[in-house]
Amino acid sequence: MSWVLSIPLAIPFLTAVACYLTRDTPRAAWISVVGSALLLAASAVLMAQVLAEGVIAGQMGGWPAPFGITLVADLLSAVMVVITAITALAVAVYALADVSAVQERMGYHALFQVLIAGVTGAFLTGDLFNLYVWFEVMLIASFGLLVLGGTREQLDGGIKYVTLNLVSTILFLSGIGLLYGMTGTLNMADLAVTVPQLENQALVTVVAMMFMIAFGVKAAVFPLFFWLPAAYHTPAFSVSAVFAGLLTKVGVYALIRMFTLVFTGDTEFTHTILLWVAGFTMVTGVLGAAAQQDFRKILSFHIVSQIGYMILGLALLTPLAIVGAVFYLVHHIIVKANLFLVSGVANRLTGSTELGRIGGLYASAPLLAVLFLVPAFSLAGFPPLSGFWAKYVVVKASLDAEAWVLAAAALVVGALTIYSMTKIWAEAFWKPHPEGRAPLLSALPVRDRVALVSPIAALAVLTCVIGLAPEPFVQFAERSATQLIDPSDYVATVLGADAAEGMPRIAALETRE
Amino acid sequence: MEQILALLIGVLVAASVWLMLSRNVVRFLFGLVLISNAANLVIFTGGRLTLGAPPLIDEGADAPPALVANALPQALVLTAIVIGFGLLAFALALVFRAYTALGTVDSDEMRLAEPREGEEGAAKLPARGGATPEMAREAAE
Repeated sequence: MSWVLSIPLAIPFLTAVACYLTRDTPRAAWISVVGSALLLAASAVLMAQVLAEGVIAGQMGGWPAPFGITLVADLLSAVMVVITAITALAVAVYALADVSAVQERMGYHALFQVLIAGVTGAFLTGDLFNLYVWFEVMLIASFGLLVLGGTREQLDGGIKYVTLNLVSTILFLSGIGLLYGMTGTLNMADLAVTVPQLENQALVTVVAMMFMIAFGVKAAVFPLFFWLPAAYHTPAFSVSAVFAGLLTKVGVYALIRMFTLVFTGDTEFTHTILLWVAGFTMVTGVLGAAAQQDFRKILSFHIVSQIGYMILGLALLTPLAIVGAVFYLVHHIIVKANLFLVSGVANRLTGSTELGRIGGLYASAPLLAVLFLVPAFSLAGFPPLSGFWAKYVVVKASLDAEAWVLAAAALVVGALTIYSMTKIWAEAFWKPHPEGRAPLLSALPVRDRVALVSPIAALAVLTCVIGLAPEPFVQFAERSATQLIDPSDYVATVLGADAAEGMPRIAALETRE
Repeated sequence: MEQILALLIGVLVAASVWLMLSRNVVRFLFGLVLISNAANLVIFTGGRLTLGAPPLIDEGADAPPALVANALPQALVLTAIVIGFGLLAFALALVFRAYTALGTVDSDEMRLAEPREGEEGAAKLPARGGATPEMAREAAE
């Protein structure tokens, strides 16, 4: 049983070692692609197993549950691992043409695979301290990737990224220490049982806030997101695509996990704060994007704004809202990574990402224009693309919960998203190039063209598939939400059936604003 | 004993927050070093302090005697120290590189990635002596 859980972790690490040893040769890039493809296969096996058997858990080293480190995969973990693998494969292929030889020699591919390993580990672990370790693995790899090449912009953005993330890490660590002091356990399933039995629930809420802030920094929610727009437009395009797709979502995942499994005692307090945070995150993100004039900076601010929708789903904490959050998470990773990949091609063809300095892409590279429109419209929530269903479910959930203000905010933010996407469209694609260049896709070497465009096309197709046939994906999100709202399956699988009895269920909040 | 450690943690956190409020990135880094040690002490203290009872199992016995010190927090702290050491070493190297490349450690002047309104990013910081790592290395030689 446990090999299904540990193989997805082993593959990226082994690939990283192989990539590091061959970093001076062109083979490293291909090893990275093969490793990512293997990870995708392994995650598909994991997903099949979870779909067939429900939650699966494995005890590392054979130590029984509350003592050893547990790896757990429920539907949410499994789908996140699958999406991670898809993103990894897309970006690994894209990196064949995007990453310079200098960056390759500095170990780009090895760092990339370590990053993927860290992300996968964070999704699969069932132990809080182990989660911290995976966060660190992910963080140190992302530090390296961010400043690889060492231009002055990268160093400047890197300082802000590194310092703020280190503060959040330390807050996370202190929270773990306090929680351990109160409960004597760090196993998440065990925490779900013991935390509600503690006498001092006020202290639990204090610790919950530490976790909320720590994960909030990672997830880039208002008012903790400032490191993100400072850093995400500086590294290589493949790096910012994988950051945009995955890193903040690990924070969102950790928030969803902890605030549905462990910290559900005082939802009136914690989830009301999350509700406000969600609203402000949506609005500030989209307004920040409206003020920007750079392809990648606009997209960076839109990450922030979209995170708000997911947090909104979590904060409402109704079954439908959780469905929305899960669906949004999956849709957003694909779409956002894809948009950053498009921005990379645009930069390659026109020589810049500053909207004022580029243009003419629609006339000379219509294929790229179409491939931009799919994720851009999906991001804004146009039917029939994936973003429409994601937004629809979240807005429906907030209307059901009578959170009128937030529902309105979600809709207005969607409209403003169209404004930003239109700006990119008008500047980069529609208007002629200011220097009269005609950026042609066919000007690229064939190898580069295939490597750059095929991942974008694949992700765009995936967006259309989710949009046109949303039924199985929504059903999946519903099953996943059921597991999250009632974690007795999770607890029973990890600790045994006895422990799950008498588990307090989340009192779903019907009306709150 | 716990009270003393709690006070110590409080002092460490207060000092580190004061350091981290500085615009000087080096001072910020020192604050980070202090607060990461405070976090390690939180875990250590959270695991309860037991005097004079090492977690050793007698020869031939299966379980330790009734009251022994909790060994787990020490393992956690050890892990956290190792990780924290790596991260801080990286951060220190990054700050040094940033200093040689940008010519400043004042976070208010680090505006390359986010230039102020109406300002070109690259034009902001004048290239002082040692503005690029290559030049700094040459100067050092």
